[in-house]
Amino acid sequence: MRIALFVTCLADTLFPAAAKATVELLERLGHEVVFPPGQTCCGQMHVNTGYQSQALPLVRRHVRNFAPYDVIVAPSGSCVGSVRHQHAMVARNAGDERLAVRAEEVGRRTYELSELLVDVLGIEDVGASYPHRVTYHPTCHSLRMLRVGDKPLRLLRNVRGIDLVDLPAGEQCCGFGGTFALKNADTSTAMLADKMGHILETKAEICTAGDSSCLMHIGGGLSRLDAGIQTVHLAEILASTEAATDMPGRASEGSA
Amino acid sequence: MTFLGMPATAPRGVGNLRGEEPFPAAAHKALANAQLRRNLSHATTTIRGKSGAVISELPDWQELRDAGSALKAATMARLPELLEQLEAKVTAAGGVVHWAADANEANRIVTGLVRATGHERVTKVKSMATQEIGLNEALQAAGIKAVETDLAELIVQLGHDKPSHILVPAIHRNRSEIRDIFLREMPGVDPALTDEPTELAAAARRYLRETFLSTKVAVSGANFAVAETGTLAVLESEGNGRMCLTLPDTLITVMGIEKLVPTWRDLEVFLQLLPRASTGERMNPYTSMWTGVTPGDGPQNFHLVLLDNGRTAVLADEAGRQALHCIRCSACLNVCPVYERTGGHAYGSVYPGPIGAVLSPQLTGVADNASLPYASSLCGACLDACPVKIDIPSLLVHLRNEVPHPRSERVAMAAAAYTMDHPALYTRAQHAAKLSKHAKRLPPPLNGWTASRDLPEPPAETFRDWWAKR
Repeated sequence: MRIALFVTCLADTLFPAAAKATVELLERLGHEVVFPPGQTCCGQMHVNTGYQSQALPLVRRHVRNFAPYDVIVAPSGSCVGSVRHQHAMVARNAGDERLAVRAEEVGRRTYELSELLVDVLGIEDVGASYPHRVTYHPTCHSLRMLRVGDKPLRLLRNVRGIDLVDLPAGEQCCGFGGTFALKNADTSTAMLADKMGHILETKAEICTAGDSSCLMHIGGGLSRLDAGIQTVHLAEILASTEAATDMPGRASEGSA
Repeated sequence: MTFLGMPATAPRGVGNLRGEEPFPAAAHKALANAQLRRNLSHATTTIRGKSGAVISELPDWQELRDAGSALKAATMARLPELLEQLEAKVTAAGGVVHWAADANEANRIVTGLVRATGHERVTKVKSMATQEIGLNEALQAAGIKAVETDLAELIVQLGHDKPSHILVPAIHRNRSEIRDIFLREMPGVDPALTDEPTELAAAARRYLRETFLSTKVAVSGANFAVAETGTLAVLESEGNGRMCLTLPDTLITVMGIEKLVPTWRDLEVFLQLLPRASTGERMNPYTSMWTGVTPGDGPQNFHLVLLDNGRTAVLADEAGRQALHCIRCSACLNVCPVYERTGGHAYGSVYPGPIGAVLSPQLTGVADNASLPYASSLCGACLDACPVKIDIPSLLVHLRNEVPHPRSERVAMAAAAYTMDHPALYTRAQHAAKLSKHAKRLPPPLNGWTASRDLPEPPAETFRDWWAKR
């Protein structure tokens, strides 16, 4: 299958390991990955901070770049949520019904990684190997906007050697929330403290999720505490094989 | 209806819809209160568990939510005619209907009605609308004492405090704090009072029983009003409401104009939704309903004050009007990770939590509550919990687009959007963004990040650089 990668500006710029892992995983499974080079950012930060009119050209750009593809994947539940649930609204609020309809079409063909694997490609065992103690944080937009349910967990359970432990109160928000983390830094930090407490309880070496943004927040907190727990994007775990003896998250390449 | 006119927002200088400081500043103080954090975490976790358990018993919960949502949307679509129908029915049943455009007018009407009875004390059933308009303060200014009879509301009143939750206004207090308030403030209290919940309840009951039996005027809110019959409904759990609604000679009910349902049968849906979503009960313990005046039974004078106070302005916003669907169950507060940590006072309004963050700014005009739409991580838990499916996250995003933005932020966001729309600039910016993990403190407005979080290690190359080299 020919799959267009919607890399997301965050993974492109700060967490390329998650994006590279997405490419390697899909290629290993026998698919062709293409990267539309005109893509930049889906505009979610602008929409969620109250700047819809500034997001409009970004929505237009995104739709233009991805309209030619039948299947689009992103290593982010949040950015897929933005494309699927916000782009048409932004276009409609600007009075551009034609763009709204095209945005809806692109949204329907855009999948978060676990959705693509389980729903479109019909795979739950991607042949990965990852001999580490891992806990999974279900990010809010994956969970409540996209309703990915237990798809990421089904994929993780099939990973060889993984010691997957439940994250207590996992469904509570980690406190990232985009610009919420800056505008309400204290509350964001209080939420993060509880999330980190639960992660520490699991005695996991690795905390994984489907969003580099939440992992940046959780990882930034764990790092500040020198907690000795790494954050690794779901794609990186699923891309890991017995042949590759990479350390968790390929830290040298900048893990999520 | 002439009272509507041009939709006006709730006036300043009266009522409790505006805080004294923006949410982040108020939250900062609340977060430092360890006792508050423990009380809130314990209480919200308990209510969440209880509510979740009884909701899971109903196989048709999602259908009920859909029905509740559809009924509210249909009601809002023809609110003016339904209100007129209600007025006609209440009047025909012997009640008197008053229209209050805002908090000042409502306070004036109620104060005048109480004065006309010649009494100087009223009992009150817990009511969000009267908290919203600051009725107790207005009555006090007129020399009338209002006694709150809901246990938690009484705790708040005796503690010279403000409610911090829609349903459990004293949620920020634990039982030893409550004992201290009772010992300090409750007339005739036993000095040997312990902090056992049954003892605390008994003390309140003794104090209130006397008040119920000797007070001739009561003020209530309303959970629902049925347009086709003119029936008002109050749902409560303690029986205090029933005392207030039946014992006095005069009953004055202050109701927001959005509380209507078209027909008696519509209550079937809401009486199933409300108790399970709010208190985690299968059935509401005390449901009082009355239609006008019944000779020889209950209050012989009934006044209904229909309150606008910004609601028509909310109704005029097609996207925002969903906030008027709220049935004040407070499920969104109980599941909100922000509310659970900051508590209700940080929101500055009687309507705290996620629903408050979308309702208060609309009632006052967004400029007066500009920080509230940002008091959310947009995690979406509130939407899942709402029994009438109010899409609070989308409303928050909608309102963020309406609030006045600080100039520096506007400039930065415009620059970011311009860069993102020009791939050459975007690539250059990516390469310039070599943030160092060792930068422990960033300058404002990014210092909020580095106060508690390290920056990620900058990668050796961006994804698109790597892709280009493949």
